[in-house]
Amino acid sequence: MLSRAANSIYWMARYIERAENIARFVNVNLHLMLDGPVESEEQWEPLVIISGDHDQFKERYGVPTKDNVINFLTFDRDNPNSILSTVLKARENARSVREIVSSEMWQQVNKFYFLLLDAEKSGVAFDTPYDFYNQVKLESHLFIGITDTTMSHNEAWHFDRLGRLLERADKTSRILDVKYFMLLPRVEDVGTPIDNIGWAALLNSASAFEMYRKTFRRITPTDVALFLIQDLEFPRSIRYCLVKAQGSLHEITGTDIGTFKSKAERQLGRLRSDIDYANIDEIVSVGLHEFLDGFQTKLFGVGESIFSTFFSLRTTKEMQNKEVSQ
Amino acid sequence: MNFKSYDPEDFYDELFKGKGRPRPGTEILINRLRSFPKGEILRRQKAAEAALFNMGVTFTVYSDESGIEKIFPFDILPRIVEPGDWELIEKGLKQRIYALNLFIDDVYHNQKIIKDGVIPKDILYSSKCFQPQCVGLNPPKGIWCHITGTDLVRDRDGCFYVLEDNLRCPSGVSYVLENRQVLKRTFPLVFEQSSIRPVDDYPDRLSRMLQFLAPENVESPTIALLTPGIYNSAYFEHSFLAQQTGIELVEGNDLIVKDEFVYMRTTKGFQKVDVIYRRIDDDYLDPTAFNPDSLLGVPGIMDVYKSGRLALANAPGTGIADDKVVYAYVPKIIKYYLDEDPILPNVPTYVCWDDKEREYVLSNLEKLVVKPANESGGYGMLMGTRSTSKERSEFAEKIKDNPRNYIAQPTVSLSRVPVIVDDDHVEGRHVDLRPYVLYGEDIYVMPGGLTRVALKKGSLVVNSSQGGGSKDTWVLSSLPKK
Repeated sequence: MLSRAANSIYWMARYIERAENIARFVNVNLHLMLDGPVESEEQWEPLVIISGDHDQFKERYGVPTKDNVINFLTFDRDNPNSILSTVLKARENARSVREIVSSEMWQQVNKFYFLLLDAEKSGVAFDTPYDFYNQVKLESHLFIGITDTTMSHNEAWHFDRLGRLLERADKTSRILDVKYFMLLPRVEDVGTPIDNIGWAALLNSASAFEMYRKTFRRITPTDVALFLIQDLEFPRSIRYCLVKAQGSLHEITGTDIGTFKSKAERQLGRLRSDIDYANIDEIVSVGLHEFLDGFQTKLFGVGESIFSTFFSLRTTKEMQNKEVSQ
Repeated sequence: MNFKSYDPEDFYDELFKGKGRPRPGTEILINRLRSFPKGEILRRQKAAEAALFNMGVTFTVYSDESGIEKIFPFDILPRIVEPGDWELIEKGLKQRIYALNLFIDDVYHNQKIIKDGVIPKDILYSSKCFQPQCVGLNPPKGIWCHITGTDLVRDRDGCFYVLEDNLRCPSGVSYVLENRQVLKRTFPLVFEQSSIRPVDDYPDRLSRMLQFLAPENVESPTIALLTPGIYNSAYFEHSFLAQQTGIELVEGNDLIVKDEFVYMRTTKGFQKVDVIYRRIDDDYLDPTAFNPDSLLGVPGIMDVYKSGRLALANAPGTGIADDKVVYAYVPKIIKYYLDEDPILPNVPTYVCWDDKEREYVLSNLEKLVVKPANESGGYGMLMGTRSTSKERSEFAEKIKDNPRNYIAQPTVSLSRVPVIVDDDHVEGRHVDLRPYVLYGEDIYVMPGGLTRVALKKGSLVVNSSQGGGSKDTWVLSSLPKK
């Protein structure tokens, strides 16, 4: 298929998934606030740090109050990673591949976008935030379900799935990272009831609490990390995402899993092995944050190699021209 | 609802021959509408609008950054064309397109028509749409204008006239197809009882025509539709046609010329493209041949085209026959190449380039419609009957400054069709008709077309950019038996 179309579909899926995960970030914090005695400003800042736009936030908003952070992450058009910005970009991408995706998918992206515009006007995100962020999650789930059931599972569909799963793996790692910022630095809290509530909220924000319970009785930091990093059955665990993403990647290339012809296949395969064979006790003793940080960097590299393998095809002449102009 | 008080007044009405008296071909529809309780027609109108919105038959208004989706205004009462009228339109369009194609080919080769003194040389060379790059060009199968959307109007006398030829990138055919889908749901009983000619095979005909153009040695050609991209107002149509015909939808950056062929960039490498249905104007097609600032086109594509390794629809250069001054000569063009009288007449046209005719125009501005030679979308016109004396004197200056750029025509009293104005009430509004013509193995005139309607009371401007809407057009294959 056309490189540009594949790129649009890949990003359409990534942006929808990103919007869903921002809603998840905010939700976990809202839960923690209700349960914890901690004053709010301390609790909202990590969210901005995780989203990766800390400098931008400080410059434009200053104090990380709840309302500031919610506005920044939800409706701020100048924040490229706000929910509204990402859904707008998903919609523009969907528009450019309307002849490839199903009309039901287009309608769902469209509906999602208009829901956000309405919410921006009505203030519902501040009045009833739980309902609002749940609705955002639901719109994303609807989109995924519609994609699954109305579009042929062809090359375009695999690009959609590849984009979504890589984005989800990244965001799950960031949700887990919240813990580092919010709970682990407070050494005196480890093992206290507050701590447990924190970890439970974290599982909930990845919709993982019930599924975790089916595997583990007690909530311990190590088991939560193990579950979100290495579980093979839970659809938001990092390993699950990588395995399925790799499946789609090899459907696209036609190469057997375990072998590779492109940079993208090699890098994703290597990252998957890292996760497959990692030892959770080692991870925790070395530092979860460091591990997750390293993972995110490698995942970013996978994204870049997907771009160079599939989306940026250039002739030899074009490459030479580019070198000259540089 | 009843039509007793519906009055065609002093106009030709497409559905009614007199006050409260429907034409023979429209009785089935009118009788059905008469059986509707109050409010039913408006309910169906709303349902049709919702259906169009959900089908995504929309354009985007970028008046603010949010980008609001809107449907083109649409009125569910169809325009009905009787078989006899259509026979004339079909014959007339085939004749006209055939002759115009010969004309374009002649213009870029021997220019016999100029040597024989039928058209003055100056008119050709002063046209913005004459492309010197196309001189000597031999498009595949000798066809230049593959897709045409000719604008027809019907005057008070009931006669059809050609208003414009539109041989470059005519748009609107997707609305014809979608409007028909919606009307089948809106009036299923009327469709069952009437013999309305189908339009649904247009995408298939389009696709076959494009395949016909492919270079001889290519067995299963790759065909692509070239669009300026998602911000173009006709983007919906581009994506719709690509979806309906199964051809690739590409932007300029997706294409590249290498080793003397055109390729598209795919996830599996470069793939050769054989036929391009381009929906961008000549000027933007190839920055190395035309406008060097264009970012929409493909550098070098004209060379590939000239070598015969690629087919383009429409061929570059067809705009010369769209020039409104050239338009004035079309009856002579038909006579010259075919030795036939035109079946569909032109609207009488005064060419300001001619001293005598300009004099007439300048002293009769209040009666005339003055149009620039190379604009579309209804821009830059003077509607004489509705102008102020200040506007007229300003326009007179423009004409004197650049007489070559203006033509004038008497105001045509466009025919009318009823439109719904409230829950139990219709009023006549002016319409034109744009049938679509495909020129491939043979010339095909789609039985139907886009009926554009000026929704504002009394308005004669049907362009969608200026308050116009559309209607479905029903061409009957036979009149109902009594």
